[in-house]
Amino acid sequence: MNFKTLSVVAAVALAMPALGSADPDDDTLIINEEIEVATKVEPAEHLDGALYEVISGWHFRNDDTQAMEMDDFDNPAMLGAENGMAIWNTADGSEGKSCADCHGDAAESMKGVKATYPKFDEKAGTLMTVQMKVNECRTERMGAEAWSYDAGPAIDMEAMIGSQSRGMPMNVAIDGPAEPFWEKGKEIYYTRYGQLELSCASCHEENYGNMIRADHLSQGQTNGFPTYRLKNAKLNGAHSRFKGCIRDTRAETFNPGSDEFIALELYVASRGNGLGVESPSVRN
Amino acid sequence: MAEGVRPRVKAPGSAEAGEIVMIKTLISHKMESGQRRDSDGDLIPRSIINRFTCDFNGTNVLDVEMHGAISTNPYFEFDVKIPESGDLQFTWYDDDGSVYEEVKSVKV
Amino acid sequence: MEFSRRDTLVLGAGAVALTSLPLRVAAAGEEEIDAFTGGADVAEGGVTLDAPEIAENGNTVPVSVSAEGATAIMVLALGNPNPDVATFNFGELSGSQSASTRIRLAGTQDVVAVAKMGDGSFAKTTKNVKVTIGGCGG
Repeated sequence: MNFKTLSVVAAVALAMPALGSADPDDDTLIINEEIEVATKVEPAEHLDGALYEVISGWHFRNDDTQAMEMDDFDNPAMLGAENGMAIWNTADGSEGKSCADCHGDAAESMKGVKATYPKFDEKAGTLMTVQMKVNECRTERMGAEAWSYDAGPAIDMEAMIGSQSRGMPMNVAIDGPAEPFWEKGKEIYYTRYGQLELSCASCHEENYGNMIRADHLSQGQTNGFPTYRLKNAKLNGAHSRFKGCIRDTRAETFNPGSDEFIALELYVASRGNGLGVESPSVRN
Repeated sequence: MAEGVRPRVKAPGSAEAGEIVMIKTLISHKMESGQRRDSDGDLIPRSIINRFTCDFNGTNVLDVEMHGAISTNPYFEFDVKIPESGDLQFTWYDDDGSVYEEVKSVKV
Repeated sequence: MEFSRRDTLVLGAGAVALTSLPLRVAAAGEEEIDAFTGGADVAEGGVTLDAPEIAENGNTVPVSVSAEGATAIMVLALGNPNPDVATFNFGELSGSQSASTRIRLAGTQDVVAVAKMGDGSFAKTTKNVKVTIGGCGG
């Protein structure tokens, strides 16, 4: 048996249902009895039929985990968002400015941001994520140090900013100057990595709804990131999750904040265009 | 004091005399159980919140003895009988001697 | 926190070592229950213990306990390295003898709730919770 066949066998073994059906459920997500979130939507045209329905990862979790996200008090991810808000209002750096000094009330100024990021930035001439924009402000306007990608304060800030868009449909632009980044992200999405030779698509396009060992495979959508995982009891960034996935294919991975993951974030976000923003979500 | 510990309490601001109301509490704390090992194989010492109490105007509502099996960011949900207007006092006791407090007023 | 594969193996090895000892050793949780009850008889039932049949992640398992007329309820996780979880003591102004929290379970095991009733008697309920091992890096 050559290595390729072996890895196909391994992949099939990984995807085999172990505990019966793992299909997404039909529950409805309403946060704080107020914010309705679209969790099942028609696929965008650019998906070209790759998915027949776009489904939030929320549907692949059990009722207890789902309930934690439906009330801000029960949602431990909101601890991070609250901390993000505290940082927002605190002056930092040589200019003695806080985020609020320029951007005012985040509930107003940051509304809709998560839904359209990553986004091509004319001034910087490149694709930027929310964390990159925050660091741009910190280094260029506040005279503060940049945060490491997906580090504690960066992820708390991203969670707070994301929470201002909850319920709004994901709508990242993939045309114009964003197109080459999107193409690069798409190429990464379909590239098989590691000794297991698995691409993102092997699990999250071809096998969502199936079990990987005892876990349900979702479509790997990013509308809920940053996400609080019960597994490590903290907020996790999309790039860190990408890294974990590629590591699990037994590959050398890209790093959070790398050009590869920035492009991949855009591509994966575009697969979820139409899904309501859930950030910060709760997953297992 | 352990870093970044912040208590949160959800309680109604008003109630009828004698009404039973639901309280939720959540405190950010890593709750290091004392069972984990670091990368050198050494046990990471226990560092948890070991007790949580809730009183109303000085009368006890709930007193919880906590161990390392309570999850990160300890969460409690319980009921209180509100006899009159007053203050709900919440107290968390850390292994390191720190005490975290929160007060919520309830009007009857 | 999370239990790594190595931790789990160590736990497993510990359990094997325990069961192979020639002398009778106290069953998990027996000591803790005795300390709580002072050795008194414990009736089965009379305590409600809500926990998922299958926990999605052993690191954060929601549990609720309730026993009308109880002054205290102790929760034990018999398969954990230390079975103690929490003891809820209900004061004069408690609105009901019930409480919910989130706990850690090192693996599939029995969770036990022991209630001390107002008349000094004791009651307990046991529930088996299956803990799944995650698919990705879990």
